[in-house]
Amino acid sequence: MLTKSKLNAFKIAPYVFILPFILSFLIFYLYPIINTLIMSFQQVYPGQVEFIGMKNYQKLNNPEFKVAVKNSLRYTVYTIALLIPIPLLLAVLLNTGKRHYNTLYRSILYIPSLVSIVVAGTVMRLLFASSSRSVVNTVVGVLGVQPRQWLLAGPHQAMILLLILALWRWVGVNIIYFLSGLQNIPDELYEAADIDGASTLQKLWRVTIPLLKPTTIFVTTISIFGGFAMFEESFILWAGKPSPNNVGLTIVGHLYNKGFQEGEMGMASTIGIVLLIIVFFLSISFLKIFGFFKDEGKR
Amino acid sequence: MIDRKRTKLMKGLAKHLLLGGLCLIYMVPLYSLLLASFRPGRDLLRYGITMQTLVPKGLDVRTFAGLYTIRDGIYFTWFSNSLVIMVAQTLLALFLSSFVAYGLSVYEFKGRKAITTLVIFLMLVPIQILILPLYRLMITIKLIDRFVGVFLPMVVSPFAIFFFKQYISGLPRDLIDAGRVDGLSEYGIFFRIIVPIMPPAFSAMAIFMSMQSWNNFLWPLIVLRSGHKFTLPIGLNTLLTPYGSNYDLLIMGALAATLPIIIVFIFFQRFFIAGLTSGGVKG
Repeated sequence: MLTKSKLNAFKIAPYVFILPFILSFLIFYLYPIINTLIMSFQQVYPGQVEFIGMKNYQKLNNPEFKVAVKNSLRYTVYTIALLIPIPLLLAVLLNTGKRHYNTLYRSILYIPSLVSIVVAGTVMRLLFASSSRSVVNTVVGVLGVQPRQWLLAGPHQAMILLLILALWRWVGVNIIYFLSGLQNIPDELYEAADIDGASTLQKLWRVTIPLLKPTTIFVTTISIFGGFAMFEESFILWAGKPSPNNVGLTIVGHLYNKGFQEGEMGMASTIGIVLLIIVFFLSISFLKIFGFFKDEGKR
Repeated sequence: MIDRKRTKLMKGLAKHLLLGGLCLIYMVPLYSLLLASFRPGRDLLRYGITMQTLVPKGLDVRTFAGLYTIRDGIYFTWFSNSLVIMVAQTLLALFLSSFVAYGLSVYEFKGRKAITTLVIFLMLVPIQILILPLYRLMITIKLIDRFVGVFLPMVVSPFAIFFFKQYISGLPRDLIDAGRVDGLSEYGIFFRIIVPIMPPAFSAMAIFMSMQSWNNFLWPLIVLRSGHKFTLPIGLNTLLTPYGSNYDLLIMGALAATLPIIIVFIFFQRFFIAGLTSGGVKG
């Protein structure tokens, strides 16, 4: 009798342990997503719901949504183009020489990621203020550039500001990912390359970069997710107001405006579903690349 | 021989010039924040941060009394709200996530592989994508404008589960077997044997999750409605509207919200790094 209840406990225990996760998944992920999917086919008024088929999806064919997708896409591509090679090279530099200095440099570059986006965005707004006396306008003035209203000047300036903010906040984090990747490369490979008389550049190109591939894929993936999810940066930079000509509008920003400002829940749901599909597709590709679907994860 | 030494020296010099210069540029925003917090808000509103702001001159610590006086010291309400949410969220998340992680790493059971894959998948999904359905759910279960609504969806953290799973898998199996021989129940083993040896993993995750909670912006922005319930980032965000007096509180508050994190970072650096790298790529 005793052994039987013990055996039962052993069978049931695993499911008790994972229960919080199952519940959280069902309540906070699956149920809301299904709910949104249904709503994306509806017109939602206060107290009244009407099924309108694919109409919300057809309405996506409008200039505002296209601008939002274009901005998110551009932001994602540019952040990847900057936030992979720069941290990679800095990590390689930080992996040589005296530990003491390296730790200091690494910490200073990492600290910006600990700063709240509200604080970071506010300081950026003030550094790039429109007045001709602001720090950035003074610096560009020395270089012979006219002072300008950075936040209002147009799509290029807007993107530059967003990218500067992203660089400031995320370079340090990606450096740490690459440093941890570098630690997994055996020293013997570099010794062998030395014996073959390889130059520093050849070692970087033939040994370091190929062996950092898993790290690079990982960082690329989180950058894609981060890029498509970007909203808070532009929300703070333009102080919660629409940016001129929507230069800072992103997919999540568009969703936020429709759902939380204009109260068009059905339309916002549709945008949410499209975003989910993009992200779902990207993460499945990620898991495939990393071989999570194979029996034993051979990478 | 001397030539080689010289190139090595030059290389080192070039490295320090590059990294040193970069670090100086990276310190500009926080240095600006520090000095700007001593300046009158209406100047900041009119001119932004100027070169004069960056000259450390006439700095008076008494300026910070403004945190108490402006708008009846609402700043400290926001500060304590942030603190309460941070502690509740972190403690619950540590407990629940390690509980799940134990189940996933110790037992062989049907569906384990699928659940593990799901955890990794959800680790990648940013909260921004789920805000709308989550918001609707919060209305249904009446958690809008309540602290519980801010932290409840985050307490079973896929990231923390993954982190703890890695840690528990690295522990010797004999510990668990010994517990069974001693007649402990499966849960007794977790609470009496595993939890007491997990403080290193707990500290790394505690710091990581506290920081995320402290800085969390979008979700509290959606859940919280009344001014006296705001967290620090949400409260500061409301001050971005252009009035001179707001800017006094905004900039001082921004500094006072940031300093604690940087101080914690300086003392517990290794935990930050450990928390970050575990979620990724050991392979």
